[in-house]
Parts: sequence; structure tokens; C-alpha cells
Amino acid sequence: MPVDVYERLTELLRAIFDDDSIEARPTLTADQVAGWDSFAHLRVIFAVEKEFGVSFAASQIASLKNVGELVELINAKMVRSPS
Amino acid sequence: MSAEIYATLAWLPKAPADFRQRCRASVGVPPSSPGGVKHLSGYALDENQLLQLSAAVELVRALNGSLSPLVPFRLGILGNATLEPLVPALIATALRYGIDLQCVKGDYAQVLQEAMEPESAVNRSKPDAVLVALDYRAFPTADRSNDAGHASALVSDALAFVGMLQTGIRERSNALCILQTLAPPPELLFGSLDRLVPGTPRQFASAFNAGLPEVAQRERGVVFDVAALAETIGLADWYSPTQWNLAKFPFDAKFLPVYADHVCRIIAALRGKARRCLILDLDNTVWGGVIGDDGLEGIVIGQGDATGEAYLEIQRTALALRDRGIILAVSSKNEDQVARSAFIEHPEMLLRENHIAVFQANWNDKATNIKAIASELSLGLDAMVFLDDNPVERALIREMLPEVAVPELPDDPALYARTLQAGGYFESTVFSEEDQQRAAFYEGNARRVALRDQATDIQSYLRSLNMTIGFAPFDLTGRSRITQLINKSNQFNLTTKRYSEQEIADIENDPSCFTLQVRLTDSFGDNGMISVIICRFLSPGTWEIDTWLMSCRVLGRGVEQMVLREILHHAKARGVKRLLGRYFPTERNGLVREHFKKLGFELVAQDESENTTWQLETDVEIDPAPMAVNRSGFELSAV
Repeated sequence: MPVDVYERLTELLRAIFDDDSIEARPTLTADQVAGWDSFAHLRVIFAVEKEFGVSFAASQIASLKNVGELVELINAKMVRSPS
Repeated sequence: MSAEIYATLAWLPKAPADFRQRCRASVGVPPSSPGGVKHLSGYALDENQLLQLSAAVELVRALNGSLSPLVPFRLGILGNATLEPLVPALIATALRYGIDLQCVKGDYAQVLQEAMEPESAVNRSKPDAVLVALDYRAFPTADRSNDAGHASALVSDALAFVGMLQTGIRERSNALCILQTLAPPPELLFGSLDRLVPGTPRQFASAFNAGLPEVAQRERGVVFDVAALAETIGLADWYSPTQWNLAKFPFDAKFLPVYADHVCRIIAALRGKARRCLILDLDNTVWGGVIGDDGLEGIVIGQGDATGEAYLEIQRTALALRDRGIILAVSSKNEDQVARSAFIEHPEMLLRENHIAVFQANWNDKATNIKAIASELSLGLDAMVFLDDNPVERALIREMLPEVAVPELPDDPALYARTLQAGGYFESTVFSEEDQQRAAFYEGNARRVALRDQATDIQSYLRSLNMTIGFAPFDLTGRSRITQLINKSNQFNLTTKRYSEQEIADIENDPSCFTLQVRLTDSFGDNGMISVIICRFLSPGTWEIDTWLMSCRVLGRGVEQMVLREILHHAKARGVKRLLGRYFPTERNGLVREHFKKLGFELVAQDESENTTWQLETDVEIDPAPMAVNRSGFELSAV
């Protein structure tokens, strides 16, 4: 059955930042991860769009504060367009 | 979806799941060795994997000072959009072409200053080439859409601007420029009328692109046809408005890998690294079917049949490549005469013997044959592209001869030609008279090169295949496939005896018969049933091998010796002291003339029709081949 969104995100973030110690938690923020700058942020967003088959508007991407909000956004998108 | 071929670099093998870990490990390995950074670049890598690989490259550089023996190349990059993500993608992709790429990036939107000022970062770095990555947004749009004079002035201004950049760079750093064509945005102003009305983005791009080659030629620059790439992928996918608004990405970041591959092809061509010879497998690559089993009349090629036309297309592609100077060769597991008969006699074949420079149809491994072809043509292995539908042969060549390019092929032969072309192996920046004459120079011989002893040790490759061979007696489930194999196998078939399904059922239940159905799986999947054996008690203590056949697809993997071991195992358990093998020659089964001799049988009789009888004592030891054995369905007492 579907792997939890946080687990999939953990795999994704580990691959993007090449760091196996990363755990996707709701309170995780970009400044807690080495290398998570503005370009890396876009890479995260693009990878999430590919992995979950969703797409985000610029305003949604810019306003995210932590991983918890990203997951909420993913869940909301996936409910609207179940793949 | 065929656009995926391009977006996912489908001609390259998929990256292993532990790619990230391999990148880290590659730092301690010489760049060109197995496991080194060049080797890792041979996979279909996405944006993130390219970034991981480029990080490894930086570490190797810091450690060793260079990526020797890769060829150094310094590329300046100018553009009107965000260029940062492009740099690591280019560095990692260049490895694929044997290039050690260093990039010098101009400041965002400082195109003119970077080109014209002698002390700009790009000019100061003395680049070998400068990529001028401008898209349609770099140029002013028409304010009066129907004023033809104004619109054409905009086009000539744009071309003059690019020409000025090019001259500036040439004069200040002597670098040549790689100039991009413009992909029009998918949004239309009128609709189809945009083709006609001067000043629309579509009109502008099309007029600019028409004028660009002449601009490039003035300073011996080259054109990078981004418009063709973007149209191939689909303009609506190519341009992401969100990504442009967010970060000024000139095109959707997911196309970075294919964009970078196209840039690096041009760089490789500039360094003389384009490939020059296409080596073709035959069965199920340039025609449908197996000519040795199906016969000249049985192969699928030609008009009027969807599959036959798919194979025509790959032949047409090969011929078109030959016309532009690519040498064609053949490497096929076949009898030479049988394989050639299609080229000589088949009316629908486009490829003929005189198109083929070297024609290697034999039963030796393909690595040995490809080495012989390269040496006969006096070309390096890095000039070769090898096209084969069989994943095991492809992986063998990648492993044994990593310099040879081996495109992955999709299941549908209709996409073979497209996939080969998408790989861009023969990218060229010039088309010379010499190119046009090269085909004629190699014309007409289709010569066969004698092989020295098997020059390639493929044992370690065979071990890496993780083969499992499965043995079972005939049963109801296997019966129809057994019957099918018995009635269609011609090449690897010692006696060519044919039996009906009812006769097979009788043999299955006959206590004086011993039967085997043999299956083989490997890391590429299940090959299905690949061999069938029937032994009969000839007299107490003696089995006659009534039927021994095998699929040629698994030739050269040690299956024969494992089958013999299995027969011996059961023979001994039943008190059989001796095996008698028969070989009845036909027009098709010359391949197995020496089969029993190779396995250690002794010739005991030969009649006037060349039928031979062979004998083996069952107490002999046969060495195992590198594969696991899975035995099922035999009565316990016999196992």
C-alpha cells in the first residue's frame, strides 16, 4: 500500500542533499538542512511535483514555512487530482 | 509517449538504485576506470543525479588536479536567463563524451558586457567555446503587429546583436560561439494566422532561425538547434511559465539532462569525438524473426505489414547514415551464408551486402567480433555504436567494451530508429566532401574478418548475470511450448525430429523415456523454456539422446554443459553407464556439428550421409557453468 508521504519525502530529500541523516518531519525547515538554498528549494519542489504527480503555483511555493506545510499542500493537491 | 524517449534519455541504461552511493565511491577511482566518474555518466541521469555526479567530479579534481585522460574543454556561458543549474548538468554530462568540462558563467543578463569587455570573466578565462544561450525573451517584441518593415527590422537587429556578440568574443578570446536557435512560445496571438502576420513571436523566431546559420558561419561558429529540440519535446512542456516567473529558468528544469546532452554532443563533435561506425545485429534488429530458424521466407521485413515496416525504417535509417559517411558493419550470431542470403536474395531488404563494410556472422561472442571490426576498419572502439535488441548482448558489450556506445532499445521495433537517432551518436558540426565519399570508399566488400582465439574473457560477465537454470521433466503445463520448440527449432537441434503434441504426451508417460524441459532466468528476466531433451533406453545401461535442442538466444552461456551435467546426474541415478548422441546434419544445423565433440563425447560411427554417433561414459565429471540449479518435478528416488 502507499508509503507514507513523509517517508517518500525523506527519500527524496536524502537524494537531493546527498545526506542520509535527513528525516522529513513537520517542523523541519530549510535552514536546518545544509545546502537548502533558493535553488535547492526549487529542486525540492520540482522533485516533489514529479514524485507525487502534482504541480504548484509560484505563490504556494514561496509561502511554505516548513515541511509540514509542504505535506499539507501535497495532500490537498492529491485529493483534488487523484492519480 | 514517445516524447519521453528524449526527456528521459531512454537510449541510456537506467541508473542503479544506489547511484548516490556510487558517486561517493567514485572519488577514489581513476575517472575512466569501472566505477569512476566517466563510467557513472553513462546512465540516464536526472537533474539531481547530474548534480551528485558533478559534486564527485569537483572532489576528483581537488584530489588529482585533473580528470586525465579525459579531454579538457573550457566553455563560457552567456544567457538572458538563470544559468546556475546548467553548469553542474553540463559538467556531469560532458563525462559521457570523454570531456573534462570547465564552465565559466557570465553574470545574469550581462550578455553584452561579458562578450565585449576584454576583462570580463568569460573572455579572461580564454574559453574554447562560448555557449550563447539566448531565448526569445532576450529580444524586444513588436509593438505594431502588422507592420512588416518594423517586424523585419526587429529580426535583423536581433541577428546583428548576436553577430556582434560573436565577433566580440572571437576578437577578445578567440573562442568560437555556439549560437542557439529560438523556440517560439506555445502561446499564439491570432492562431494559425501567426505564421503569416509579421511580428508575431512565431514569425520572429522562424525568421531569426532562418538567418542564424549565416551569422554563425561568419566566425566559424556553430548553431545549436534548440528550436528543434523544444519542438520535439513539445513547446508546452518545454516552456514552464511558473519556473520562469519563479526563478527565470529558460525552460522546464526537467529537460536539463537532455539539453545538456545536446550541448555536449556539439562539444564532442568539435573535439572530433563523434562516432563513425554503426554495427548492426540482424535477427529481430534489422528484420523480425530468426533467419536460422524461420528461414529466408519466414523473416518479417517489408511493406504491407506493420512489423515489417518498422524494420524497414531501421534499415532506411542505417542507409541514410551511410550516405552521410557513417560506416555500417554487422555482428550477428548466425551462419555466415544464411545471414548473407537475406542481403543477397530477399526482395524487400533495403540493406545489401555492398552497404556493409565488415560482415561478422558467426557463433563467437560479440565482444570479440566488435574488436575485430574496429581493428579491420582502423577505428577506435570509441567510434563504434552497437545496435542489438537483446539486452544480454547489450550488457555484455557495455561491460567488456565500455568505449562502445550501446543504445537501449524499447520493446516496440517501430521506435528503434527514433531511439537510435535520439541518442545523437553521430552529431557533427560539419559535413565535408570526405564524409560523402567515405561510404563509397568502404563499398562493396562486406568482408569477413578471421577471429583470433576468443579474445574476450566473458566468464566474469556471465557470473554477474545471476543465472538460474531450471530443470523439470515434461509435464502438462509445459507440453504445448515443448511441442512448439520441437517443431520450429532448426539451428541448435541435433536430430531435428518433429513430434505432435499427442506424441509428446506419450513420451511424457513412457517409462523408457527420460525428458527435460529447461528454463533460464537471469538478471534481465525470464528467458522462458530454452532447451528440450528426450533420452530413450536403447538397451539396459545405455541412453540414446533422441532430441537435444536449444534456443540460440542463450548460446555462449554454458547452458549446454549444465544440461549435460543434469542428464548425467539422472542417468547415474538410474544405473545408466553410457550416453549415445546422434547428429543428423540438415541445411540449418551446421552450428551443432561439433556439439558432442565439444562436450567430450567420442565419435563412434559415421555413415555416408554424414550422420554421426557419439558416446560418453557417465562416470565423467563436467565442470559447472556459473549458474544456480533449480530442479523440480522429478520423483524423489531419482533426484
